Amino acid sequence: MSRRLYLPRGRLQLLIERLSADGYRCIGPQAHAGAIVFRPLVSVDSLPKGLGDAQSPGRYRLEPSRGERLFAWANGPAALKPFTFPARETVWRVKRDAAGRLAFGETEQDAPPLAIIGVRACDLAALALHDRHFLEGAVPNPRYRRRRERLFLVAVNCSHPAATCFCRATGDGPGAESGFDLLLDELEDGYLVSVGSERGHAVAESLTLQTASDAQIAQAAEQLAEAAAAQQRRLPSRNLRDSLFSNLEHPRWTDVAERCLACGNCTAVCPTCFCHREVDEPALDGVGSEHLREWDSCFTRDHSYIHGFVVRAETRLRYRQWLTHKLGSWHEQLGRSGCVGCGRCITWCPAGIDMTEEAARIAGGGPP
Amino acid sequence: MNTEFPIPHEAVIVQRIEESPDIFTWRLRFTDPAVHAAYRFMPGQFNMLYLHGVGEVPISIVSDPEDDRLYDHTIRMVGRVTRAMAQLQSGDHIGVRGAYGNPWPVEQARGKDVIIATGGLGCAPVVSVINYVLRRREQYGRLVIMQGVRHSADLIWRDRYEQWARLPDTQVLLTADQSGPGWPFRTGLITRLIDEADIDAGNSVVMMCGPEGMMRAVIDDLIGRGVPEARLWLSMERNMQCGIGHCGHCQIGGQFVCKDGPVFAYPQVKELLGVKGF
Repeated sequence: MSRRLYLPRGRLQLLIERLSADGYRCIGPQAHAGAIVFRPLVSVDSLPKGLGDAQSPGRYRLEPSRGERLFAWANGPAALKPFTFPARETVWRVKRDAAGRLAFGETEQDAPPLAIIGVRACDLAALALHDRHFLEGAVPNPRYRRRRERLFLVAVNCSHPAATCFCRATGDGPGAESGFDLLLDELEDGYLVSVGSERGHAVAESLTLQTASDAQIAQAAEQLAEAAAAQQRRLPSRNLRDSLFSNLEHPRWTDVAERCLACGNCTAVCPTCFCHREVDEPALDGVGSEHLREWDSCFTRDHSYIHGFVVRAETRLRYRQWLTHKLGSWHEQLGRSGCVGCGRCITWCPAGIDMTEEAARIAGGGPP
Repeated sequence: MNTEFPIPHEAVIVQRIEESPDIFTWRLRFTDPAVHAAYRFMPGQFNMLYLHGVGEVPISIVSDPEDDRLYDHTIRMVGRVTRAMAQLQSGDHIGVRGAYGNPWPVEQARGKDVIIATGGLGCAPVVSVINYVLRRREQYGRLVIMQGVRHSADLIWRDRYEQWARLPDTQVLLTADQSGPGWPFRTGLITRLIDEADIDAGNSVVMMCGPEGMMRAVIDDLIGRGVPEARLWLSMERNMQCGIGHCGHCQIGGQFVCKDGPVFAYPQVKELLGVKGF
């Protein structure tokens, strides 16, 4: 990160306009249906000014916050996942002619360039994990790649972590270190701007920004340190692979299964969960059929179905699969834990199950 | 494996063979001659077979890779897709993509005895390697085939086993947990066959498929007889939807059965083999 620049809040609209002029569809955080979510953004007036979020296990509320800040909140239910890995998409289609012959075709890969403003460090960490999963194997996913390549990311360092956040413990936040085009630190009157890519550099140049003062830089650093210090939750270790797999019969699995509804909310809001099912949707004319990919969850019964048998018929086994995968076998698959500390699975769990607590009980050597 | 992102190619059912009331074999050919000519597989790999409007299923390939005319799949009617597939006839068209997964260790086994142990109806994945060894008989040592079925009536391809049993350097041992009339073979668990099998522990490669409990029992027995763990190979089954390690259904701990398997060396799956829930 080289020279740091300063953008007064009154000129933030210029960033949106510049990105739009460059052909990006701008997306930004907005209060919608009681939560902060990413939606198409035309004006800074739509950003969540004077709003914060209060999060705790099983609870999310928007609350007024003092001042003019636009990013004085932690995160909403959706990270970047819906933009790069949509909940549902057609992967190929087929037509059957009168003679029963089949013609398979790919679907067109329409991915408009998106500029997403307000991305958090945890979201970037999750995106890097999906890049590894979908792009770095033997068979990269071209749809994911196309969407990913057309993404312009304006990250904002987290100044107001929620009570459910633990990105400091996973090493993924609250400050973003890479993976963005531009990075903002929100101060009382404006934004410290850091450049993270060539494209970001070009956009920053066009905004003719001032150089940030030493006082502004010091203020941003202090704010980030406070955001890290404010986080109370943690995991027993960054690598729980062995401690989880050596506790597969721990009584706590039964205990958590009594509370878990197996609803799959945690996997839907998790920015790294990648499981998806493939389904076919035949047209009523009997000619066409679409082969779709849609999000799946290891909390469903069908997830582990094989020829008349279900590997994980009980909730205990499904919760154990989720946690041992997320915090354990991800290390073997992708070289690190699958948890980025965003806390969404805690907030959006209708039963208020706190995975940091379950992990501590099962793998942390504490009392069951 | 093809590394382009997979969509199926059309294939035609050249022949449909009824193996039993609920098991059938398809002999297939890609309709595009260029696709057919470029298609490669090894014993132990699988294809994703697609039925129009219904869906896909992963099925192992049972034929020989050097038979460039046709490739075969033996399918048991058990779920939504395979029941619908059972209705198709010769001349009908399906979609096929593959071949996926890691094959049997036919290279490691070269020059050694090949021990096959299979249980239940899961014998299709090993039939491919049995045929592979028999076609290249001079490259391999003795061939020992141990097959256990739940009930003697479950055995398909009995004539094939009897034919194999007459070949030189080939031992065929069959057992049924429960046997009915006309069953000349053993009754009891497959591990009982190991005593009768002539196994040279230091010079054998073992290939297994079937229920995990059965494979676990065979493995424990063979390790006790001195077969090294790295010479024990298993074909595993899990829910597989994408075939390329993306969809997440087939995980056993850190392993994706579709791309890290379905054929595994025992040390790769040792920790979780037979652990309920994985």
